[in-house]
Amino acid sequence: MSALSLLAQVPGLNKERKSSGCVQDNGFCPGWIVENFDQYVEPFVEHVVLTVIALSIGFAIAFALALFAHRQRWLVGPIGAGTNLLYTIPSIAAFLLLLPLTGRGNLTALVVLVAYSLTFMFTNTVTGLANVPREVTDSARGQGLTENQMLWKVEVPLAVPEIFAGLRIAATTTVGLVALAFYAGAGGLGAEILTDLYFKSNVVVAGGLCVLLAAALDLVFLFSQRLLTPWARARAS
Amino acid sequence: MNSTATAQQGESASAREAASLEFRDATKRYPGQESAAVDNLSLSVPAGEICVLVGPSGCGKTTAMRMVNRMIDITEGDILVGGRSVKDRAPAELRREIGYAIQQIGLFPHLSIGDNIATVPKLLGWDKERIRARVDELIRLVSLDPEDTRDRYPAQLSGGQRQRIGVARALAADPPLMLMDEPFGAIDPINRERLQNEFLRLQSEIRKTIVFVTHDIDEAIKMGDRIAVLQTGGILAQFAPPDELLMNPASKFVEDFVGHDRALKRLALQRVRDIDLWTVPFVRKGESTRSLREKISDCDVSIPLLVDEDHRPIGWLSDRAYAGEYVEDDLRSQADPVVELDDILRDALADLLQVETRYAPVVDARGALQGVLSIEAISQGVHGADAPAARTGAAALDP
Repeated sequence: MSALSLLAQVPGLNKERKSSGCVQDNGFCPGWIVENFDQYVEPFVEHVVLTVIALSIGFAIAFALALFAHRQRWLVGPIGAGTNLLYTIPSIAAFLLLLPLTGRGNLTALVVLVAYSLTFMFTNTVTGLANVPREVTDSARGQGLTENQMLWKVEVPLAVPEIFAGLRIAATTTVGLVALAFYAGAGGLGAEILTDLYFKSNVVVAGGLCVLLAAALDLVFLFSQRLLTPWARARAS
Repeated sequence: MNSTATAQQGESASAREAASLEFRDATKRYPGQESAAVDNLSLSVPAGEICVLVGPSGCGKTTAMRMVNRMIDITEGDILVGGRSVKDRAPAELRREIGYAIQQIGLFPHLSIGDNIATVPKLLGWDKERIRARVDELIRLVSLDPEDTRDRYPAQLSGGQRQRIGVARALAADPPLMLMDEPFGAIDPINRERLQNEFLRLQSEIRKTIVFVTHDIDEAIKMGDRIAVLQTGGILAQFAPPDELLMNPASKFVEDFVGHDRALKRLALQRVRDIDLWTVPFVRKGESTRSLREKISDCDVSIPLLVDEDHRPIGWLSDRAYAGEYVEDDLRSQADPVVELDDILRDALADLLQVETRYAPVVDARGALQGVLSIEAISQGVHGADAPAARTGAAALDP
């Protein structure tokens, strides 16, 4: 990456490149976008990386909590309420509150992003596991599957549609939240948007990339889910 | 369509010996409940027999069944499978040796029919080739086509087909004992009857020991070699073969439960050959009327029956037919209905009632006359079983 495009990410520098009339008017300028697309590549990559890491960690924690709560049903309420509470904290407040503890940077951003993603994935996984029909778990047990075999061979596969529904909501929400992660000193497309909030070309490209990322992730999950659940589309022919 | 399949299945489907089953004062109490769910249940089922647990809802029949494979643990007493206490076995391991079929079937919706049937063989670590062969064999055994069925998902089968696959899955590892909880309960009456008949045919080949739970006394009578009637509180009211249950209900409860039509129900258990047939004067065309008149006075039925050379009934003779010296073929009516010795008595009675005929000639498998069935003979037969009558009707017919 050139030195120029690195500079371009630093807030306050973009305005210097306004030359043509369209750009001067803060308009939507395809020519400028083509010329300056480079400067969005790295923030975009950072955005993707933050989203994927946050989702992975969030999923691991939420899934583990859900399996635990599935065995100890009384925990569903408290854990669900806890993850919900995390979600209700205003995100900007959370970023700022954490600064003294974890400092500026990706760590602070990730802690908040993960905390926000838990509620969807936990609730959906627990619900998916609980929705496995009683007769299915009864016949699994009756045939001699152990509790663990039943969990991994029957309950989890049957909960895949709900688990993925949770992942998709969490993914979309996280992509949106990463756009605010620059408050914590992390990268991402959010910084780009706010740097030049009145320049339509900038907002459209940076914002558009966020939307595109959210849509792409959604499609990836949808496609994976369809691959994992061929049975869900099987109907009497 | 399944003639070859039927020939194959006899060899391997019943390869493992059925196990005997014994309840010894088996009791289940739930904490905080005053009365037991199953109370001191003692009964033993010989290997290869179907034992039906029947009773009103809440009588503990399903609880009793589920105690056998430790889906519910016994509070007191014991249950022995093949002479071994179930309490000494690890539940998962025990259950893999006991076939399990329930009313809601509980097929795994995310697995193909083949993988559903292969559940227990896979748990037992069978190799792939053996599992594949076993799956196809079982699909054929329950009268479905392996090619067409194996790779489908449960949602793609009809209710009746799913029920058959449920039975096939329960049989997969050739268990010495099977538990079936209202396996045909959710099926419409026509298909239920078909599945029951199919299952009885299957059982005559595989000879498993089966615990069969139902709330339907008619199904119990049809399916059971022995029937355990349970009453509320998990108390065994009577344990007897179907015929004895209908004939000698042990209590008012059993009598009410089997129903006021138990005499009719018994008819479904008996065949025409089980009752004393009436004797009938029979002649061939051209025989002398003098000996016929002697026969008429000796027989239960006073109307002579015309038969052919092979003793097959043709029709009832009119008075004119034997007014002369030799018998002529002048009939008052055709011989209709004609029933066979192996017909179910209930069906034979239905024939008699439908055509308003007082008598029906009874023939053997070759069609030769054996005697005559009448409503009175059936009535005497049903009562005669209580106190066997001294009649030997059909014997008088032997040439």
